[in-house]
Amino acid sequence: MIEGILIGLNTALSLKNILMVVMGCFFGTIIGMLPGLGPMTAIALMIPITYGFDPATGLILMAGVYYGAVFGGSTSSILINAPGIPGTVATSFDGYPMAQQGKAGKALAIAAYSSFAGGTIAAIFLLFAAPSLSKVSLAFRSPDYFALMVLGLTAVAAFSSKGQFLKAMMMAVLGLMLASVGQDTLSDIPRFVFNNMNLSDGISFVLVVMATFAMSEALMIILKGTDPSSAAKAISLKELGSIKLDKEETKKTLKTIPRSSIIGFIVGVLPGAGSTIASFLAYGMERNFVSKEEKEKFGKGSVHGLAAPETANNAACSGSFVPLLTLGIPGSGTTAVMLGALLGFGIQPGPRLYMTNPEIFWSVIMSMYIGMVILLILNLPLIPYIARILAVPRTFLIPMILFFSVTGIYLMSFNTFDIFLMIGIAVVATGLRLYKFPMPPLILAFVLGGLMEENLRRSLLISDGSFNFLWDRPLTAIILVFTILIVSWQAYSSLKTK
Amino acid sequence: MKISSVKIISLLFFVLSAFYLYTAHQIQVFSFDENAPFNAKTFPIYLGYAGMFLAALKILLPEKSIEEVNHNVLDYKKVIYLVIIMIFYGLTILRVGFFLSTSIFLLLSYYFLGERRWILMLIFSFPFVALFMFLLHGALNIYLRDPLLKYLGIIG
Repeated sequence: MIEGILIGLNTALSLKNILMVVMGCFFGTIIGMLPGLGPMTAIALMIPITYGFDPATGLILMAGVYYGAVFGGSTSSILINAPGIPGTVATSFDGYPMAQQGKAGKALAIAAYSSFAGGTIAAIFLLFAAPSLSKVSLAFRSPDYFALMVLGLTAVAAFSSKGQFLKAMMMAVLGLMLASVGQDTLSDIPRFVFNNMNLSDGISFVLVVMATFAMSEALMIILKGTDPSSAAKAISLKELGSIKLDKEETKKTLKTIPRSSIIGFIVGVLPGAGSTIASFLAYGMERNFVSKEEKEKFGKGSVHGLAAPETANNAACSGSFVPLLTLGIPGSGTTAVMLGALLGFGIQPGPRLYMTNPEIFWSVIMSMYIGMVILLILNLPLIPYIARILAVPRTFLIPMILFFSVTGIYLMSFNTFDIFLMIGIAVVATGLRLYKFPMPPLILAFVLGGLMEENLRRSLLISDGSFNFLWDRPLTAIILVFTILIVSWQAYSSLKTK
Repeated sequence: MKISSVKIISLLFFVLSAFYLYTAHQIQVFSFDENAPFNAKTFPIYLGYAGMFLAALKILLPEKSIEEVNHNVLDYKKVIYLVIIMIFYGLTILRVGFFLSTSIFLLLSYYFLGERRWILMLIFSFPFVALFMFLLHGALNIYLRDPLLKYLGIIG
């Protein structure tokens, strides 16, 4: 492990990679602060740029964007009660009341320290958990992988949309359908290409991500007439107050951080859960841990109430890298985008990544520490300045997002068919989002489609066409039991509400 | 009887899945693969059935509350304008070249979104695209087809 850490440090501490972390954190913070534009949009816009770098640098850049977006989201939650991303909704419960009491600077400082500590502690967990889990996951066979992918898709569908399980599952199937367009990987037989040469290589992953996130997000903002930059304008005008914490506040923050880090990390590792659930869970748990007197302060500007979700959502971000790096199966929509980008580099994350590409495996983990330090430097003193950059009117912001989306895909293929296909998918995605059809399951399914078919193919060929492989191995059966439990729980909760 | 929009979308998804299933059955596999436990059309066939099953459930199961979108408050006009401008951009990018088509795309997008500060609009279109092209073409050595600039002798 020491050797791996040194390899990681060597890669992560190169000038280029440090620059990438800084750029990623900065860009991510900006996008994360804009309500409606989350980490997936930020990463989607970054993908065409990452293809110009080596895989390690590309992944480091994307990881920086991810943390930055989660960090940035907390700023708009605290200052104007408009969470940039769902993972920072719980931050606003106590962060915004603190800001209203004239302690905006302190609230930002608590959020920054908690995020830093949560992310760093979770990165330490990841450092130990990932190699051990990689070794365990070597025991996984095709049926287990297939079952794990079914579990991942079901879990993401269950968690990504409250009460919209069927809609989310439909989106997952749509994602798998889109992934099946193009030549079959084994036999090269064209499927669903309708004699169109442009479709023979399949639909580009970047195209689907750009269309369903960046472009449809921009169209949604126009459609609803919202102005995401209004948040930034409010921030720059606001009096922040002191950012220094007193002894009591420091003590409270320090008490909350360890337990929320553990909760955040564990929830982050679970497929489908992610930072939103982690932050809510940590907030609720923290309320049970504190004294009765402190409990009363929750929702009115409690230090514990602010530190808990902020620690947990960053810890969950680090945790979500565990299934991606060890099993090659993303646990969230954001890590699914990263998996897609890695596959684009020709790298298959999974248990063997640890051995075949140690520089990628370790440099990503090491860059997390560097990223956390950079975010701490960025978030505290620079927030008012970042906010000023952000006060770009939407009349300029939206065309820029559309320009980067179209140019990004054009530069990858130099094919206008891809531009039209992207516009078409973006229009359909905008319509679907209007009726609350979630997009993360579609992206996850699109990324996993090829792998899922491959593992099902192997499993069925080994078992000579019989579906006995689903319960032949105890591991496969256990994973499928979890899947059935999730589906049953969804069915039960929907019947209960009726 | 009023049918909710979500049910209509689900019905469309059902039709799409049925069409997908039909097309999956039409996939020509090699003759030696026809009776194999798994061939190029196996997975798509499962997907087609899964899509139809889920869509049917969504159509048949009663809804907790009918989610309707208030279309009167949505700005469809601007979205349609933007989509048309993007299509126009896609049509011209290869023929006219990156510089002119992108600059016009940005300029038109700013205008249709309600921006009227012409100096800013011009700065963030032509000079902005020129700088972007310089970064791509000059610094990163990424080829950008531009017949117009080539004709003018600006790029090689």
